[in-house]
Amino acid sequence: MKLLLKAISIGNDICKNLKETLKHNLRKLLTTFILLFIAVIFIFPLIFTITNSLMSEQEINSSYSMVNSADGSVRADLAGSYAKLKFIPDIATIRQYYNVLIKKLQFLIMFWNSVKITIPIVFGQVLVGSMAAYAFSKLKFPGRERLFFLYIIVMLMPFQVTLVPNYIISDKLGLINSFLSIIFPGVFSTFGIFLLRQFMVYIPNEYIEAAKVEGANHFIIFTKIVLPMTKAGIAALIILAFIDNWNMVEQPVIFLQDVNMHPLSVFLSSINSGERGIAFAASTVYMIPMLLIFLYGEKYLIEGIQLSGLKG
Amino acid sequence: MHLRISGHKTKGVKSLNAEGKTALLFLSPSLAGFLLFYLVPFFWGMYYSMLSSPVNGKFVGISNYLDLLHNEYFLKAALNTLLFTFLSVPLSLVISISLALLLNKNIFGKEKLRTLFVTPLVVPVASVVLVWQVLFDSHGSVNYLMNQVGLQPVDWMNSNWARLVLIIMYLWKTTGYNIVLFLAGLQNIPSQYYEAAEIDGAGTFKKFTSITLVYLTPTAFFVFIMSIINSFKVFRETYLIAGAYPHDSIYMLQHYMNNMFTSLDYQKLTSAAFIMAAFIFVLVFALFRIERKISSTLV
Repeated sequence: MKLLLKAISIGNDICKNLKETLKHNLRKLLTTFILLFIAVIFIFPLIFTITNSLMSEQEINSSYSMVNSADGSVRADLAGSYAKLKFIPDIATIRQYYNVLIKKLQFLIMFWNSVKITIPIVFGQVLVGSMAAYAFSKLKFPGRERLFFLYIIVMLMPFQVTLVPNYIISDKLGLINSFLSIIFPGVFSTFGIFLLRQFMVYIPNEYIEAAKVEGANHFIIFTKIVLPMTKAGIAALIILAFIDNWNMVEQPVIFLQDVNMHPLSVFLSSINSGERGIAFAASTVYMIPMLLIFLYGEKYLIEGIQLSGLKG
Repeated sequence: MHLRISGHKTKGVKSLNAEGKTALLFLSPSLAGFLLFYLVPFFWGMYYSMLSSPVNGKFVGISNYLDLLHNEYFLKAALNTLLFTFLSVPLSLVISISLALLLNKNIFGKEKLRTLFVTPLVVPVASVVLVWQVLFDSHGSVNYLMNQVGLQPVDWMNSNWARLVLIIMYLWKTTGYNIVLFLAGLQNIPSQYYEAAEIDGAGTFKKFTSITLVYLTPTAFFVFIMSIINSFKVFRETYLIAGAYPHDSIYMLQHYMNNMFTSLDYQKLTSAAFIMAAFIFVLVFALFRIERKISSTLV
């Protein structure tokens, strides 16, 4: 009898626990579903672009011909119709990609322009930025905080503040219509210094003191100790600087008069209805480098964003 | 991003010590570029904004600025920019805090979900312009859906609704960044605080308002500043979708400046940029002051 009572009470406990876990898991499931739903809305433009890049030109044109393009007019016979959202192509084809990558040379040229602008800026920012960040975080000199404050303030200003003088300087140096007119201001952007400094201030000074005792100079300390310990920061900077400059629109429009030198970002924005048949594939190819970098370096990107918000 | 400006200055340091010289060496590439491409252009631009004309101009003081304050287009652009910032930034804060709170809960696939929210940050604006066009054109998909449920279609980009479209694009782009910052802020709150509050008999709401919100304040300030700065950059999206002359309601300061550049009116362009810069400076400075006051009461 006693045993039976005990068994029942244990059974009750299990039931109660089961109920609790069930309730708990149900709640967990519900929260996950809500978040998943919102997240799908967030990546919807991506999915839409990628699936539509697999449609044929005819299908794109018949689906979206009623949508106004930059040049305006709508054909009269399409006046009352609306574009439906199509995710699944009638017939999947890589024709768009063929047209973009092989048939139309212009696209590849512009993709290459984007590369030629972005890579030197990112590389230069890491080089110049890491050196300056070392000075700002690990070396003492008079006026350090004031100078750093000045760097930050400039970082926050709209670029039009310096636009006209920069234009004149570029003109004087003969850089207008050259990639260098965009690359130079990009390389010396103070954002990289700010971000890398945030990483470097967390390196304990003891490491540096110990190296000094062993007779290392600052150049060795910088290259052998501080840089290796800032790897995550450099990775974060590479990603963030890449995003920023791969997206550049305003500067190329102003400094590069030759349309053939424009990066893809500018080209994609001026696509008209005649070229819409390849636009989705072009857009997809354009975002692939970014997505790859993101997938490889998400950890560093997250860390970089988090440290950018910390007090230093 | 918390700057300590040392109050006392080391007096009479004329010659640099050894460490100072090393610092100069490490700083020199950056300093040279900073001077040539940022600082000199900055003061040059400021001087420019006080001349009557770019070529052989006379010094006219602040008269260019006064002209701008009577310029219909500048005022419209400034007002639109301000309105956009005041609408979108608080919205962005509320949405990203809410999503960060949900993501911080016990859920399945936490990391993967976060990835999905951050993805828009890395998608180039130009890549998704087409999507926004298909969605918000007067013959677009949103109108298709509205038509299906019996609502009157709206010409999104050519009416005051364009503001809403812009806010949606802005939220789409910036929410991920803010979520990451808020998640970090949430994880930095010691769990003992909640345990102690629980012993004191605090409910969920009480814990949220007196612990979570209070300790998120420093993060929120940073997000606030970054969101404001980013809200000024929404021009890129607008420009890509609606061109140099969009509907009146989304004609932003950058449109104005851009168009002044094209029409070679450098005086107006520079003065407008400096008014904007002054505004940002005052705002950031004030926010830092407030933040420091609040965080000093926290400790």
